[in-house]
Amino acid sequence: MSAATDRLGRVLNLMPYLLARPGIRIADAADDLGVTAAELRDDLQLLWVCGLPGYGPGDLIDMSLDGDTVTITYDAGIDRPLRLTPDEGLALMVALRTLAETPGLAHRDAVERALAKIESAAGEAADTAGRVAVRGPADSDRTAEVRGALDRGRALRIRYYTAGRDVSTERVVDPMRLLTVGAWSYLEAWCRRAEAVRLFRLDRIDQLTELAEPSAPPPQAQPADLRGGTFRPTADQPQVTLLVDRGARWITEYYPCEQVEPQPDGRWRVRLRASDLTWARRLVLGLGADAEVVGPPELASAVAADARAALAAYGID
Amino acid sequence: MSRSRTERLVNLVICLLSTRRFLTAAQIAATVPGYGHDPADAREHEAFQRKFERDKADLRELGVPLETGTDSVFDTEPGYRIGRRDYALPEVRLAPDEAAAVGLAARLWRHAGLAQAASSGLRKLRAAGVEVDPQATLGVEPVVSAEPAFEPLTRAVRERRAVRFDYRTPAADEPATRRLQPWGVVSLRGRWYVVGHDEDRRATRCFRLSRFAGPVRLVGEPDAFRPPEQVDLIDYVAHSFAEPAATRTATVRLRAGAGNGIRRQAHAVDGDVVRLRYSDVESLASRLVGYGADVVVLDPPELRAAVIDRLRPIASRAGTASPSEVSS
Repeated sequence: MSAATDRLGRVLNLMPYLLARPGIRIADAADDLGVTAAELRDDLQLLWVCGLPGYGPGDLIDMSLDGDTVTITYDAGIDRPLRLTPDEGLALMVALRTLAETPGLAHRDAVERALAKIESAAGEAADTAGRVAVRGPADSDRTAEVRGALDRGRALRIRYYTAGRDVSTERVVDPMRLLTVGAWSYLEAWCRRAEAVRLFRLDRIDQLTELAEPSAPPPQAQPADLRGGTFRPTADQPQVTLLVDRGARWITEYYPCEQVEPQPDGRWRVRLRASDLTWARRLVLGLGADAEVVGPPELASAVAADARAALAAYGID
Repeated sequence: MSRSRTERLVNLVICLLSTRRFLTAAQIAATVPGYGHDPADAREHEAFQRKFERDKADLRELGVPLETGTDSVFDTEPGYRIGRRDYALPEVRLAPDEAAAVGLAARLWRHAGLAQAASSGLRKLRAAGVEVDPQATLGVEPVVSAEPAFEPLTRAVRERRAVRFDYRTPAADEPATRRLQPWGVVSLRGRWYVVGHDEDRRATRCFRLSRFAGPVRLVGEPDAFRPPEQVDLIDYVAHSFAEPAATRTATVRLRAGAGNGIRRQAHAVDGDVVRLRYSDVESLASRLVGYGADVVVLDPPELRAAVIDRLRPIASRAGTASPSEVSS
C-alpha cells in the first residue's frame, strides 16, 4: 500500500473516531490510534481543507481545536468508518475463534458474543471467515484447577513429569499465566525448586494441590517470549547430529532442527539441540535402523550399548 | 507530495459519497480539486486519466466500494459513486467485556500481515465508537500464528479460485506440484491445513500449510468451483489424521524407578508390570525401544519381536561405551 493510501485510510478513520469522542485530548486519541500527536495534528490540518464540492466555508470539514483537545463540528459526510476489509475481518475472527477454543478461558461467553457481533459487522468478509475454522486442544479438569489457582492467586504443589529426563518431580510453583501454544496448554510459573520461570505442560502435571499460601513470583519472574515456540534451543544444550533414512524424516517436522541437509545416498543429515542427552538416546533408539548418530560420539556409543543391554534383557546376545 | 495526493483522495471520497447520481470522469475533473486540467490538451488529458486510474486503484485497494454505472440508458459514458451503505461499517455495539475480548484477540497474531490487519480492523471498531482497554487480559493467552501460505490460500478460498503449489512431504525427496480447489482453511490443535478438491487425484484431500514449499499461485478464473456445503472441514481433517482406536493390550515389565513415561500412560499397574493399550504395533515398538533395557515386552509376541527387530541393527553398530558413561 502506498504512503498516500495508507494515510487516506488513517484520515478517513480519524473523522468518525473524533466524532464519537467530542472534546478528546489529542494525545489520548493519538495513543489510541497508534500515531504520534504530531502526526495526528498534521492529519487534522489536512482534513481542515477537505470537504464537499463547492469547498466554501459551509462545505469544508470543521472542528474546534481548543488547546490540546479537539471536537469535530462538521464532518462533510465522513461520519462512519470504512467496512472491514476481508483480511481485517479474517484476522479478527480467526483470533477470536482461537481464543474461544482456548482451554481455561475465563470469559468464554464474552468472546463468543464478541465474535457473533464482529461476524455480523464484517458482512461479506465473514463469508470467507466461515471457511476458516479453528479447533483447539481439549479442555481438561487440570485446566480448571490451574485456572482456579490463578484466579485465587494461590501457589501450587505439583508432581510434574519431565519427558526430557523421564522423571517425575515434586515442586512448589507460583502460577503466572495459562498459555496455549499449538496443540498444548501450559502453565507458566515461577518454580521455587529451579528458581526460574518454567513452562509446565498441563497434561504432564500428574498431581496438583492448591496451597493456602499466595502465589508470589519474585520481581525477576518475567513472562517468556514464545514467538519462536515453547522449546528455545540454547547453546548449552547438547547438539545432536543424525543421518536419517526416509522412515525417520518425520523428526524434521516434529522437532525444531538447526540444519537439514540431504545427502548423496538419500539420507538426511539432521542437526538439532536436545534438551538432554537422555532424551536424545530415547529418540535415536526409537528410530531404530532409520537413524545413525554422527555426533556426539558419546551418544553413538551410549545408544549402541543401550541396545545391547536391551537385547540382553530379552536373552539375546 | 503525498499530502496533496491524500487531500485529493479525501475530496474524491467525500464527493462520491455525497452524490446519488453517477459522476463521469469529466464531471469529477471539473469538481474535485487536484484534477483541474484542459481536456482539449491531449497531453494534459492523458496525464489526468493516468492520475484518475491510479486514484481509483488506491481507493479499491483500501476497500472503498467504488460503484461504476450510468443513471440512464442515454448516458454513454459510465460514471462513479460510492454507496454509503456499502462504504460504512455497520453499527457495532460491544459490551466492555466483549470489547476487551476483541482487543486481546487483535494482539494474538504472530504473523506480520495478519497482525497488521487485526490492528487496522480494531482501529475501525474504535472509530465506530468501541472503547478498547489495551491492558485487558482474559487470563489465558493463545499464540495465534500462520504460515505464509495462509494469506494466498484464504484469498483463493474467498475468490473460489484454484491454486497450484509445491508440497513437500517427509517421504518424498523433492516437492511435488499439486493443484487444488480450496474449500477452506482450518486450524486443528495448532496446525493449519487446507482442504479441497485435488484436481490431480480427483478426490478430497487436505494439506498441511507447514509443508508448502515456495509460493502459492492462484490460477484460473474466480468462482471456478462451489465448495460442498455438507462437508465439515475440521471433522474431515481430524478424521484424516486420527489415530485408530487403541483396542489391543500389551504387557511390559519396567525396571524399578524407570520407564516413567510408560508407567504414567499405563491403564493398569501391578508393581513393575504394566498394561498398555495400543493400536499400532510398530509405533508402540518405536516408543518402547526408546527406553532400552528399562522396558521389556512380555506380551504379545509380535510386539516383542518388533522391539527386538529394532534393537538388533543399533546394537550391531560401532560403540563400546557402557550406558553408565553418559551422564544425564
